[in-house]
Amino acid sequence: MAITKDTVKYAAHLARIDLKPKELEKLSQQLQEILGFIDKLKKVDIKDIAPTSHILPLNNVLRDDKPAESLSSDKALEDAPERQGNFFGVPKVFE
Amino acid sequence: MKEEPYKLTAHELIERIDKKETNSEEIIGSLKKRIKDVESKVRAYVRLSNSHFSNLTPNAQDLRSTLKGIPVSIKDNICTQGYNTECCSKILEGFKPPYDATVIRKLKQAGATILAAKTNMDEFAFGSSTENSCFWPTHNPWDLDAVVGGSSGGSAAAVASDEAILTLGSDTGGSIRQPASFCGVVGLKPTYGRVSRYGLIAFASSLDQIGPITKDVRDSAILMNVISGYDSFDSTSINVDVPDYTKSLGMDIKGIKIAIPNEYFIEGLDKEVKTIVEEAINKLKSLGANYKSVSLPHTQYAIPVYYIIATAEASSNLARFDGVQYGFRAEHRTPNTEHRLIDMYNQTRGEGFGQEAKRRIILGTFVLSHGYYDAYYLRALKVRTLIKQDFDKVFTEFDCVVTPTSPTAAFKIGEKIKDPLKMYLSDIYTISVNLAGIPAISIPCGFTKKGLPVGLQILVKPFNEELLFKVAYTYEQNTPWHKMKPKI
Repeated sequence: MAITKDTVKYAAHLARIDLKPKELEKLSQQLQEILGFIDKLKKVDIKDIAPTSHILPLNNVLRDDKPAESLSSDKALEDAPERQGNFFGVPKVFE
Repeated sequence: MKEEPYKLTAHELIERIDKKETNSEEIIGSLKKRIKDVESKVRAYVRLSNSHFSNLTPNAQDLRSTLKGIPVSIKDNICTQGYNTECCSKILEGFKPPYDATVIRKLKQAGATILAAKTNMDEFAFGSSTENSCFWPTHNPWDLDAVVGGSSGGSAAAVASDEAILTLGSDTGGSIRQPASFCGVVGLKPTYGRVSRYGLIAFASSLDQIGPITKDVRDSAILMNVISGYDSFDSTSINVDVPDYTKSLGMDIKGIKIAIPNEYFIEGLDKEVKTIVEEAINKLKSLGANYKSVSLPHTQYAIPVYYIIATAEASSNLARFDGVQYGFRAEHRTPNTEHRLIDMYNQTRGEGFGQEAKRRIILGTFVLSHGYYDAYYLRALKVRTLIKQDFDKVFTEFDCVVTPTSPTAAFKIGEKIKDPLKMYLSDIYTISVNLAGIPAISIPCGFTKKGLPVGLQILVKPFNEELLFKVAYTYEQNTPWHKMKPKI
């Protein structure tokens, strides 16, 4: 299929990535090539084939709901670009 | 004259420590000197500042421990408490993890010294040449104009140039094996679930595994003994007993049945590499193994399947890098306008990620997006089933599969970086292994006329690393390749 600049722009928006006009141009062209290559999967007969999301026979790995040691808030906030009290600081969310 | 410790393998050093001929302090001193001498040409490490250098101190010199203070170098995507772990990406600039990855905790418990400077890699492990690092490309010790492979290129180069004794890398589509092959060293990707990924910064969670890159097969087995095993902190960790892998380093491979997949020896495989790998297969035969050609019919679909699944998972895993909890946050550039949260996200991710990361995140977002999910993502998961079934079938009849690790020897720096698709094709022989979740090892099996190493890849059934070590060790001990050293 053809991937348009608008499709790339939309995916970049969903991924929260600002693209410069030049980047958008180049990416659209490269993704078009990559998707062209990927399109050969359309030739495979996948009727009645179950999907493999990962190869282990594991589902819903649970543990007992017992409290255990965890990071202190100070430790967890150590790497934050901005800290406000005991919280991560961010710019305004609502108008 | 006594040999410089940096030249030796870990098992040789352990022997000498036991005989009181050397100690960890002397080994670290020798390694420091070696790094000082050659690192400016190779550039295997990142953040090797003076302060990091002086942190090369043994944290465990317990002589009864397994590793007795021997230094281990770590890829930049494995968390080391208090020491920068940045995935060679601007977006993780300055990140000092508040905890150790499980493999680091295990290494420390086994008496290893962890180097504070980390090994170079493609940003977030996105690449096959280590050219996508936000720092610099690492140079191949066998030809300084050639790439080291990737994404664990720094680890492989450090081992090849004797700037490391032992290293860890990670492998999502060949990121341990392909650089090991390009640098003439030993790289192992364990079975999915064998080694805990807790503290490995995730790229594609259904494919990622941590594994050793070492000077020889015995060192690989020693490291696997330390890092393998169940971990409740990784929900994909499997509770299967860890054998003593060094016990499988026997010399007998008589009667072992090897499958040679036809699809791996066709167009695209370099002629010289083909000849060298065929000689290696004949060597295995002369050592008592039998081989037969087989078909893995869905091989040609491995790369497209991989670039859908890996990018889809990456787009989800990398959503956490948004300038809030750690790493880089873009500055507000237009002071007269209001700075909203969404602008901060967009700018931080736009400026913080490199080109390949953006390409993969956007591709991954696209294949998961409404209207395309079934056509791309779901279809890829189904073809993945077929690829896995190909291997299941072969392993009912054969003990292992033997292939080249990569279709060519190391290519030149700059040769493929502008053409993503061409770069992706250099992983054509390694990717299926991750999709099927099986273990595989790359060992050196010869050199091209230009003097570049070539790797032999051996694949076995899940949790059958013992056989992998047995075959790899037997081949290694009967060939001279692992003793070869580059002149830097």
